[in-house]
Amino acid sequence: MNRNYLDFEKPIAELEAKLSELRKLSVDAELNISDEMELLETKSRSLTQSIFSSLTPWQIAQLARHPERPYTLDYIERICTDFQELHGDRAFADDNAIVGGPARLDGRPVMIIGHQKGRDTRERQRRNFGMPRPEGYRKALRLMHMAERFNLPVLTFIDTPGAYPGIEAEERGQSEAIARNLLEMAQLKVPIICTVIGEGGSGGALAIGVGDRIIMLQYSTYSVISPEGCATILWKSADKAPEAAEIMGITAERLHSLELIDSVIEEPLGGAHRDFRAMAESLKAVLNETLEALSALSLDELLTQRTQRLLGYGVFKQA
Amino acid sequence: MSWFGKLVPSRIRTEAASKRQIPEGVWSKCSDCASILYRTELERNLNVCPKCGHHMAISARRRLQALLDPEPRIELAADIEPVDFLKFKDSKKYKDRLVQAQKASGEKDALVVLQGQLKGLPVVAAAFEFTFMGGSMGSVVGERFAFGAQTALQEGSPLVCFTASGGARMQETLVSLLQMAKTSAAIAQLRNAGLPFISILTHPTTGGVSASLAMLGDVNIAEPRALIGFAGPRVIEQTVREKLPEGFQRSEFLLEHGTVDMIVDRRQMRDRLASLLALLCRQPSP
Repeated sequence: MNRNYLDFEKPIAELEAKLSELRKLSVDAELNISDEMELLETKSRSLTQSIFSSLTPWQIAQLARHPERPYTLDYIERICTDFQELHGDRAFADDNAIVGGPARLDGRPVMIIGHQKGRDTRERQRRNFGMPRPEGYRKALRLMHMAERFNLPVLTFIDTPGAYPGIEAEERGQSEAIARNLLEMAQLKVPIICTVIGEGGSGGALAIGVGDRIIMLQYSTYSVISPEGCATILWKSADKAPEAAEIMGITAERLHSLELIDSVIEEPLGGAHRDFRAMAESLKAVLNETLEALSALSLDELLTQRTQRLLGYGVFKQA
Repeated sequence: MSWFGKLVPSRIRTEAASKRQIPEGVWSKCSDCASILYRTELERNLNVCPKCGHHMAISARRRLQALLDPEPRIELAADIEPVDFLKFKDSKKYKDRLVQAQKASGEKDALVVLQGQLKGLPVVAAAFEFTFMGGSMGSVVGERFAFGAQTALQEGSPLVCFTASGGARMQETLVSLLQMAKTSAAIAQLRNAGLPFISILTHPTTGGVSASLAMLGDVNIAEPRALIGFAGPRVIEQTVREKLPEGFQRSEFLLEHGTVDMIVDRRQMRDRLASLLALLCRQPSP
């Protein structure tokens, strides 16, 4: 197995290395060591279980950014049929950091919009590491309006370090592009379900993250600023990122307990990247269920509830 | 410090801070052209340098005073106050930062909202207080803004907002980020009701405030030479690894790129807003 193990997974990696050596040996020497192998496999599994049962927020942040983690297109491929990718904002360009288009989820037509990261160096560059420019958000908005016109529910997949902080992005109105999406999503006349599948990086995530239900995968994160960014500002040192991750409460579990998101989808043992198919299946089941629940609402109820939800955000006291 | 200053033992040196306290507020210096200015005159000029026209910081309350008619004025949602619901602590507790900011600024949080009139036209006007934790937007800013919008909705009056903010308030984490969605939803309601929202972007307006309410005006107005952008210049410089062009992210740059409708001198703001709002509300010229 050629897995990309994270630092805290080292003990698992060592065990797995031993296992694969044994596997090779058993094939080469035709030895019968299946008992030993089984023992090691069980050990590896329970080790993974014990490590993953007490992950720190910083470790979860690393899982959310894992280079092998499934991305938007990986999920679309596994949960949808008839996906027709649509391109461009009709004004400036096509931004590859956001993908989208109509597709079927168990036969039901939907509009899917998501951030897209790249798997290898070339694709990472092409996708700009999942950091959209204004034209990406404007493409997303165009697709949302199309969804509204044809009465398709919108499913968004969030996975970005943040909106791209570049010169041209500023020139073309990065702030305006994000702000406009927030305003339009607040009143879009179709159900919107947002799922954080990896990194929910700040305004760049929220720009496709306003909706009727906010769902997070177990090892995804969602935060106002990256742990490194927070650490740089508050402690003047990016090395304090683990502490920042801790105090900011960026994990699905924590945000669910704060009632800022609606539900958490459990990931396969060791994280979504260990089993794309199982993860996609759980995601699909939850999306179907949620769509079902939302489609029972009238348009008036849907929009009233969405507005109430949005206006209800905040914790303060009334003197 | 001058060579002479270095010779004086530190114990008997007068530090800059304590020096400033002695002639409390008689003279002031323009932060751009360095002209020495008589403070009363500067204040009468709304903190705009009479020599070079540089727009210096001005408090939220002073701004609203300068905008609205003297009577009537009702402060909205003043009873909404911040809480440290996460027990957030970095080098300092958020709770202590709040107390400190409240003492330093005289405000409970970073947004002041007043209901009043502008040359007889009923309006709701909000202004960010930058000296309160960099004008950062947390729950109280979001709630006061939304309450202001709600009041405007009920009264059928327009909403104006002066922004000066570094963005979302980190100490309230994701709740701060969600204030972007909240304030935008409040503006959406005004839009649906056909009520104008005018956003006036002042120095500086960046991050989550720029990427939400500040950019959502039916008309976006900027004060001269204000820094306005999504990412701060330092972040961009680090990302692209090149020097930023002169005037990048300043009001004039935004006007050129079609992001703001106009640049208005602070001293003309009241007249321009009154005229603009009367037009949009189909009222006679003020």
